[in-house]
Amino acid sequence: MGRSLSPAFWRGFRDFAPLIPGVIPFSMVAGIAAVKVGFTPGQSIAFSLIGYAGSAQLVASQMFASHAPTLLIVLSTLIVNLRFAMYSASILPLFGGVSLARRWPLAYGLTDQSYAVTMGRPESETDPVSYYAGSSALMWLVWQSGTAIGALLGASIPASWPLDFAVPLSFVALLLPVLRTRPQLFVAAVSALVAILAHGLPFRLNLIVGAACGIVAGLLVQRQQEKKT
Amino acid sequence: MKIWLVIVGVGLVSLFLRSSSLVLLRNRKLPESVTSSLGLVPAAVLSALVAPELLFHNGLFQPFGPRLVAGIVAGLVAWKTRNVFWTLVVGLGLLFVAQAIDWN
Repeated sequence: MGRSLSPAFWRGFRDFAPLIPGVIPFSMVAGIAAVKVGFTPGQSIAFSLIGYAGSAQLVASQMFASHAPTLLIVLSTLIVNLRFAMYSASILPLFGGVSLARRWPLAYGLTDQSYAVTMGRPESETDPVSYYAGSSALMWLVWQSGTAIGALLGASIPASWPLDFAVPLSFVALLLPVLRTRPQLFVAAVSALVAILAHGLPFRLNLIVGAACGIVAGLLVQRQQEKKT
Repeated sequence: MKIWLVIVGVGLVSLFLRSSSLVLLRNRKLPESVTSSLGLVPAAVLSALVAPELLFHNGLFQPFGPRLVAGIVAGLVAWKTRNVFWTLVVGLGLLFVAQAIDWN
């Protein structure tokens, strides 16, 4: 551990700080959502520690509430979290010479936010792995504190507050910055339309069906564009 | 029991995906086609999650409900500020007001 707490670790830690105001409400919503569908506060906290899965924790909670089978819940979170595989591939070139024993905890700490901070690191950064470890460590601390607070508060929030709406709003906050290119907009439109049309399916299967159609449509458009150029 | 299965299942799946290239594949690369389709996942998944929530309430189709209005305004806030906190405050605030004036 001594090695990872290098100056580069603290640089990553510090550069993560501006993202904290965005993470706190999101993590609190995740902590509350699990409690609202029947997790105990302890289970909600354990879910954050073991799953550590952001949006997927929210999706899992919602599906749990609609009595979906466990396997389907896990499959849906797999799809929601597929982007981690993309980050993992994209960040791999930084990790030359890092031992396997160190790679496991570093992989566990991979999130949207720590990935984004690390990819946007200053060009002068000489130790990107420690820098990544620092930003991931702060993300982890903030996320776990936020979900714990949410889990403990969850039970005392009046039922009449429309707090369930915080879940899609959190997704809106994540979605809008992604819609920067025309293919992404197209993917989002197809996916949204199919998810609405398939709303009648049980267990929120419309999520998987919608997302799959959106991705296939996006790939077709990408292929068309490649042919033209 | 089911809750713990969900917790452990989601934990295993998440760790598997995060470690896929970093630990499990290491020196082998994912094919280009796989990485380019993974790039489309966030837009696809997030919009499939959001859209039905804005148009359906308690299972009923509600094309011009308060949730749609609150969601669109919150979307504008998210787009302008990229700030989760203000997105939540504006969206929840609008829905709260809508409930207060009995617009459901």
